[in-house]
Amino acid sequence: MNREGMLNAAVLLGLISVPLWAWAADEPFIITLTTKAAVLALAGVGLNIALGLGGLVSLGHAAFFGIGGYAMGILASHAQTFDPIMEAPFLIEGTKSMPVIWLVAVIASGLAALAIGALSLRTSGVYFIMITLAFGQMLYFFAISWPAYGGEDGLSIYVRNGFPGLNTLDPIQFYGIVFAILLAVLFLTARLARSPFGLALNAARQSAVRVETVGLSPYRLRLMAFVISGMITGLAGALFADLNRFVSPTMFSWQTSGEIMIFVILGGVARLFGPVVGAVLFILLEHLLGGLSDFWHIYLGLLLLLIVLFARGGVIGLLAGRGVAHD
Amino acid sequence: MTNLVLQTVGISKSFGAIKASRDITLDLRPGEIHALIGPNGAGKSTLIAQIAGGLAPDKGKVLLDGEDVTGLSTAARARRGLGRTFQISALAMEDTVLQNAALGALGARGGPFGMFRPALSDPTLRDVAESALERVGLADHAATRTAELSHGQRRQLEVAVALTLSPKAFVMDEPMAGLGGEGSKAMTGFLDGLRSEAPILLVEHDMDAVFALADRISVLVYGEVIATGSVDEVRANAKVREAYLGEEV
Ligand SMILES: Nc1ncnc2c1ncn2[C@@H]1O[C@H](COP(=O)(O)OP(=O)(O)O)[C@@H](O)[C@H]1O
Ligand SMILES: [Mg+2]
Repeated sequence: MNREGMLNAAVLLGLISVPLWAWAADEPFIITLTTKAAVLALAGVGLNIALGLGGLVSLGHAAFFGIGGYAMGILASHAQTFDPIMEAPFLIEGTKSMPVIWLVAVIASGLAALAIGALSLRTSGVYFIMITLAFGQMLYFFAISWPAYGGEDGLSIYVRNGFPGLNTLDPIQFYGIVFAILLAVLFLTARLARSPFGLALNAARQSAVRVETVGLSPYRLRLMAFVISGMITGLAGALFADLNRFVSPTMFSWQTSGEIMIFVILGGVARLFGPVVGAVLFILLEHLLGGLSDFWHIYLGLLLLLIVLFARGGVIGLLAGRGVAHD
Repeated sequence: MTNLVLQTVGISKSFGAIKASRDITLDLRPGEIHALIGPNGAGKSTLIAQIAGGLAPDKGKVLLDGEDVTGLSTAARARRGLGRTFQISALAMEDTVLQNAALGALGARGGPFGMFRPALSDPTLRDVAESALERVGLADHAATRTAELSHGQRRQLEVAVALTLSPKAFVMDEPMAGLGGEGSKAMTGFLDGLRSEAPILLVEHDMDAVFALADRISVLVYGEVIATGSVDEVRANAKVREAYLGEEV
């Protein structure tokens, strides 16, 4: 195993042992903190497919995170008031079932990514950043001005949603769900990167002309990547909402988009575990520095600046060296 | 005239005051190597870009296999059988040589992409890619990162990727550049055999190679084709001697 592989294994080991230790030591707060890191990591893993593999600098991924969150909020709020979402032309009721909520979150954010991507991907560079940012902000203001689901105040869900056979209110069990999803998505992402689709997407990032010259469309490849990326970040949004039992327009804000991007850059763009390392570090810093100073974002900013200037592969690049081409 | 594999009809293109292509009409016939020569800045690369699709002509048409492809994208033209190589390599530099060739095989195969199984363990991609590398003499470098190749080797890889497409026509922009004496000779021998698979429109500076390979030569000067003919005809052409070849012929 190379150094990056060992580093990844160490990260996984930490994500297993820390919560288990916290569970044994009866420290539910630590479990919740780790759960938050894992959920945010998942959001970053989603973005990393667009950003790392596709080279698409999206500053609007909060759109998908928020859609996932509101998918959960809307479905669960209707379930808790026993008030159907709609009755005609056919009945749609709310639900407290996590798998159903995840499915709705993934489909809704995938459709949104299809629409946003289809328009945004006609531009590139700074324009792409600005357009994705604009779409995110549009949804943010829409959520604020939508009184049916709490508007600016957000929406509280009183009981965590259910998963067959598990007690999701038990922090360690909920963490188990989140960790299993993160693991599965990491596995699929690793496969995706080496698949024919990944090969073409990777090439399109490096040289669009090359991809066109062999008869493939960079636009379609990128759009597909953007949709997959949005679906994963949307799923993370649903989990985040379930973790907090609360959704609010903040999930849609540009700060959220920025934070998701920070996870990726901090850990290492295009590294499989980059967003995981980034999200864990972010939560640690927030927790440690946040306790020392209200201005911890400034320290985070400095750290990011250093990473961007001196370690282009993020923390993983720093520790494991330059990435190697597959095979 | 459907037996013309590739044809340009009255192509013109200006960049501001520069007339890079002036009413260019030329064609590529089955089995031939048609060399396009001319001094630096004559408009050879510009013409290639209009044929392959990166650049839209101001006037005129490009026909591939008798069909007008002027309005089609680069990708659509590639799918219809145009295999292009670039003067300045356009390759995925961070990827390995084999990955670049496999990308060509993937483009040629078309159809839905797999998202789960590794591209390089797909024999339909890997075999096509490896045999193309073998043919241009890059088999030993399959696992090398493309950025680490010499300029000449990148040119060879460009040719290998074009081979994976099994095109109807090759359009090559200076495939010998940077190859050196031995490499040029090997590439000359290779292209010589390749013409029976698909005709080649060959932009080349290496006159030894051009004279050894070309069935026909077109001479481009200031965006204009001033002569087209066999090697001997072009060598004997007074306008060509004056404008371009000078004393060296
Ligand atoms: N995109 C462009 N914009 C402006 N001028 C261009 C462009 N591409 C080529 N030219 C000009 O067109 C002429 C032909 O260039 P080119 O086709 O590269 O010549 P060649 O390949 O024969 O050396 C040159 O004068 C060049 O400067
Ligand atoms: Mg040129």
